[in-house]
Amino acid sequence: MTSVITTRTRRWGAWYVAEHRLRTMRTYAGTIVATTLGTPILYLFAFGVGLATLVTGNVGPGGTSYLQFVAPALLATAAVTVGAEEYLLGILMGFKWNPIFTGMNSTPLTARQIIDGTAIFIIIRMAIVVVVYYVVMLAFGAVPSPWGLTMIPIGILTGLAFSPLAAFSATIYEDKGQFPVMQRVVVLPLTLFSGTVFPLTQLPIYLQWIGWLSPLWHGSELGRQASYGPTEPLWLTIVHVVYLLVFALGGWALTVHIATKRLNK
Amino acid sequence: MPAPVITATALTKKYKEFTAVDGISFEVAPGESFGLLGPNGAGKSTTMRMVGAVSTRTSGDLSILGFDPDEFGPEIRSQLGVVPQADNLDTELRVRDNLLVYGRYFGLSRAVIAKRADELLDFAQLADRAKAKVDDLSGGMKRRLTIARALINDPRILLLDEPTTGLDPQARHILWDRLFRLKEQGTTLVLTTHYMDEAEQLCDRLVVVDKGQIMAEGAPAALIREHSSREVLEVRFGSERNAEAAEKVEGIGRLELLPDRILIYSEDGDGALAEVVRRGLTPITSLVRRSSLEDVFLRLTGRTLIE
Repeated sequence: MTSVITTRTRRWGAWYVAEHRLRTMRTYAGTIVATTLGTPILYLFAFGVGLATLVTGNVGPGGTSYLQFVAPALLATAAVTVGAEEYLLGILMGFKWNPIFTGMNSTPLTARQIIDGTAIFIIIRMAIVVVVYYVVMLAFGAVPSPWGLTMIPIGILTGLAFSPLAAFSATIYEDKGQFPVMQRVVVLPLTLFSGTVFPLTQLPIYLQWIGWLSPLWHGSELGRQASYGPTEPLWLTIVHVVYLLVFALGGWALTVHIATKRLNK
Repeated sequence: MPAPVITATALTKKYKEFTAVDGISFEVAPGESFGLLGPNGAGKSTTMRMVGAVSTRTSGDLSILGFDPDEFGPEIRSQLGVVPQADNLDTELRVRDNLLVYGRYFGLSRAVIAKRADELLDFAQLADRAKAKVDDLSGGMKRRLTIARALINDPRILLLDEPTTGLDPQARHILWDRLFRLKEQGTTLVLTTHYMDEAEQLCDRLVVVDKGQIMAEGAPAALIREHSSREVLEVRFGSERNAEAAEKVEGIGRLELLPDRILIYSEDGDGALAEVVRRGLTPITSLVRRSSLEDVFLRLTGRTLIE
């Protein structure tokens, strides 16, 4: 009975899920375009042009400007912001507020495909944001090296490294304000202490560990290597890549596991 | 008789200590309209999820269209239409778009889906609401849209979990009419309900379920014949006096004493009422009606105070 139909869904199911989510996104197209374009321009002006006038210290190897230093981290942060929004709100929405996942679950789709499709959609959303960021950065003269182009996949990888948030969201049955707590206790400290707007080494050593744990620090440093590096030993660059991959894949595997159990009541 | 499309044997589902479905067995023939009738918490929805190949059984055997859902979930689901108890339409999409995205999950081409979506919107009497937001639809319209969505893959079996719960009478009748048409077209329907009238209207055959077990099985009329009398006399004496009155009407027929009224089962309801009056009782209200599945359920589940 393995009909053509089932075969197609087996192969393309995750893409159908992504297609559904993209169709939904059209509803918010206006807002998304405005924030995607507006955010990098605002941030780069504020930090790279405004704050930079106060920053005279040496932030990178000879001649690296503060704008160039801060830009890769801003790009990675943008991907993380979009990712975190989808991991937390998007996932819980699909299970609870607008339970499209249970609807999908009644079709030939598997739980794994539902989560994979959501991942594809999130990657597409992050890619749009990161590409726009990159173009704006170029316009600001914030990317010295042609290798800076690899900040696009690096940014997406950094966003994906926050996928354990999706696993967390998939475990929530009752909304008791977990997200604001998550934002304040996890996301905000990680953003502040991840060496995004100042080098991590400026912090006292007893606070630097926050940065070492944070995928955002690894992503920002990786982006800097691409944009104006190298500024660190090669082994550390490899650690960044491995660390991000472990978080991205681990978080996703965990989400698939939890979603499979949740949908099979 | 053609091979059944659903065969459940000693089907069981346990959640830790709690047994939601406790060894039920039934078969559904192609083209049949089969119902699971029972109160909330009887295990109907759990059974439906197992039949829908989205919930793994704890034990027993289950075959849907000849396949074991443990191994062939996607294959089975590709031939089912599912109308869940709680609407799960995508409220961020418009009416017609809901059908379009859903059709894709069955691997159908966009052209086929577009054609079917228009036909189904006609069938669901929603053609003029194609571009409306889902949240702007009434409860009955959402239900009809969910049914239209469930039909997008031209399913061999349509599963409906409490299809009319929460709808007003008019919306229920519109929905019943649509389901009747599907039945006439030969679609196999499996539905759960706790509405006795719905079960009588829509089901060729049903099982009465309580506490995860099957209490009785048969056609609605046969179940009524078997477990109840032809007519029922309902008399009310006021909640304070019902119990006292019940003692005096002993022997006229089988009695059910409910908090608000007494039911007297008799082949001749008017005759029973005459006998009540002859015994010197004056009920506040009296009603003679035909026996229904409600009476069967009352009898079978023993929710009675005086037998």
